[in-house]
Amino acid sequence: MTDPNKTIDPEVEKRKIKSVKRMKEIMTEYYIEAKTPKEQTGKKIAWITSGGPVEPLIVMDVIPVYPENYGAMIGASKMGTDLCQKAESMGYSSDLCSYARADIASATVNGGPIGGLPEPDMLICCNNICGTVLKWYEVQARYYNVPLFILDTPVCHTEYSTEIKQYVEKQVKEYIEFLEGVCGKKFDYDKMIKVGELSVRGQELWQEVLDTTMNRPSPMTCFDAFFHLALIVTLRGTQTVVDYYEMLLAEMKQRIKDGISMVPDEKYRLLWDNLPIWYRTRWLSDKFAAHGACLVADTYTSGWCSSLKYMDKTNFLESLAEGYTRIFLNTGTDQMADNILEMAKKYNADGLVIHSNRSCKPYSLGQYDIQKIVQEKMQIPTLVIEADMVDERIFAESQIETRIDAFIEMLN
Amino acid sequence: MASFDLFYEIVNNPGQYAMHWKKETGNKVIGYFCSYAPEEIITAAGALPYRILAGSGSISKADAHLQAYSCSLVRGALEDALNGRLDFLDGTVFPHTCDSIQRLSDIWRMNAGFKFHTDVMVPAKLDTVSAGEYMTSILDKFKKELEKLTGIEITEEKLKDAINIYNIIKKHLSRLYAIRRDAPGVIKSSDIHVVFKAAMVMDRRRLLKELERLATELGEKNHASDPAKKRIVLSGGLCSMPDIYRTIEGSGGAVVWDDFCTGSRYFEGEINTEGEPLKSIADRYMERVVCPAKHKGLFSRGEYLVNAVKKNRADGVIFFLLKFCDPHAFDYPYMKAMLEKENIPSVLLEIEDQLPSEGQINTRCEAFMEML
Ligand code: SF4
Ligand code: SF4
Repeated sequence: MTDPNKTIDPEVEKRKIKSVKRMKEIMTEYYIEAKTPKEQTGKKIAWITSGGPVEPLIVMDVIPVYPENYGAMIGASKMGTDLCQKAESMGYSSDLCSYARADIASATVNGGPIGGLPEPDMLICCNNICGTVLKWYEVQARYYNVPLFILDTPVCHTEYSTEIKQYVEKQVKEYIEFLEGVCGKKFDYDKMIKVGELSVRGQELWQEVLDTTMNRPSPMTCFDAFFHLALIVTLRGTQTVVDYYEMLLAEMKQRIKDGISMVPDEKYRLLWDNLPIWYRTRWLSDKFAAHGACLVADTYTSGWCSSLKYMDKTNFLESLAEGYTRIFLNTGTDQMADNILEMAKKYNADGLVIHSNRSCKPYSLGQYDIQKIVQEKMQIPTLVIEADMVDERIFAESQIETRIDAFIEMLN
Repeated sequence: MASFDLFYEIVNNPGQYAMHWKKETGNKVIGYFCSYAPEEIITAAGALPYRILAGSGSISKADAHLQAYSCSLVRGALEDALNGRLDFLDGTVFPHTCDSIQRLSDIWRMNAGFKFHTDVMVPAKLDTVSAGEYMTSILDKFKKELEKLTGIEITEEKLKDAINIYNIIKKHLSRLYAIRRDAPGVIKSSDIHVVFKAAMVMDRRRLLKELERLATELGEKNHASDPAKKRIVLSGGLCSMPDIYRTIEGSGGAVVWDDFCTGSRYFEGEINTEGEPLKSIADRYMERVVCPAKHKGLFSRGEYLVNAVKKNRADGVIFFLLKFCDPHAFDYPYMKAMLEKENIPSVLLEIEDQLPSEGQINTRCEAFMEML
């Protein structure tokens, strides 16, 4: 419904990304299918962590569902605080990851914007992002009483050792056996080749989309990336992702040609580190844009292509172990700093905004060291925002506003 | 009368003890975190395994590296390292456990300036064959790293010797727990606590002798129990090992068991002395009840706790959660629910940076004892 009192500003209209409509359709279709009774779809449902290998599930015709993606939706629709509080009343400490808290609570009350996620037939937990997911999936495995598979990807602090390699490779085989057991059918290795190709292709395209922001002025910001990310997370390994990102990429290229930037009068180019602050993306994006500051890239959305270099498109299954073990969050803090330094150069950044996210310890602890390294090596200003991605209670708006203003001053 | 003086002396200044030891023996001191560090291998290399606990001082330097939402063990340990209070260490071993320790390892490696730094990447699940094989392989890797550091070949014989020492040490430690359980009051929990704390930093051969001495002093006679006391099992995580015992025992409770990694989990599980030593060490980790940062089935810790209450005829459970400790906080609700099903009362005490004011714990403990 259009608001008759609202006049359409052609300037604003021009800057809107048109593909968004299609993206919303895809996500709606995806959740509708996932929530359709299983007797109708005939498909099983797996809950899987955002960094988990989804491709074998696609091969098995299982619908993957991502509690973390749902956590983001809960956060964006500002339903996070309520659900977090509900989890606390169940005995979960308020210091735990707010995705986990929101999901654990949502499961018991069918909460959140789509009235809860469909019940899982199995749980797939890959700890390449954190140890939290291990505990969180244990909670859900007890609650739903369904089989849990853990893909244990030891942290590569300084190396991907042969010991780690052998261990994870063995587990990839166990993963497939697990799926064969739960689904009651054989794994189709030929289909795996196809799905693997699509997965890598999707990641490559996503990286290309993100790289369009190297252009000055940038056709999009990381806030747009936060939105468009949902596909590479949830539907990785399908044609849908490839088609959509091709469309999005074309639109970005066209914007560059037409000189359409997301931030009017782009003056500063900034990097973002850590997860979005889901309930305040709009506020933050407006805040920065008002100063002519464009957040051109971030470590979070690019995380889904962070191990592309280890993945073999033609032999996906064999490279799966390394690809999934060496994602950037599963490496040492110094390597994460290097990643930011490279991004700062690549995207020509004038500053770095660090979201110190109390929910996510593996992502946030170490940020102060990264901050120092970036300041020393790049001589660019940095800003730390202490917040949480979903739980609004600790977001100190006026304090953050003041700090952003002071930071922008430093960019001058 | 049994004397605990030596243990108190060491615990009051463990750093000084380690420094003396180093001077006397000329051997290396290796700092470690957590009960998943293979101490046996360090001992076999002729080095002293030194468990790093939270620092005693206030935090200043660590604040430049760690957000306020990291647990006090992680912050306190880093503070000590940055302040030079751990300068006697030749290096540090970080077994993989929780997310906070994982990042502490990186920050430590980048800032603390020790020559030797290694991550023993313990698997997160301890209930599959491949995890067991992997565990053995990383122990072997760790052994080789230590050989390089010390220049000493860690032979099978040395490993078996070390394993033997630890097996006997752990038998003695478990006996202390048994005496306390059977006759609370005969040994004060604070004293046992100090023995455990010292056991993780002192020369293990010397420790063995001291424990033997203690055993003789405590004697074999059957001690009488004080039935007026409420029998309590402690649960949760106190990686930093504060002394909570005085308060509990002061308010009419008698600690009869715990599931701490610095308590029962430290001595439980004997290492097989017959087989291949590294595999035997790995096997113990696989068989022992897990730390909440590890996975072994869905109910193992809850079952252990319920059994501990039943076996030790306890009246209730006190949970201790260290603020910002994720693994323990995730397990608490289901463990509490399992206790409730069995009609076992429990209370939760959250520990911030340091112990909350003594009065506060006292009041809660007393209220709990009364309820029992
Ligand atoms: S936000 Fe961080 S702690 Fe929470 S699930 Fe994601 S990676 Fe894990
Ligand atoms: S107390 Fe908890 S968070 Fe801290 S080191 Fe131990 S397991 Fe990790």
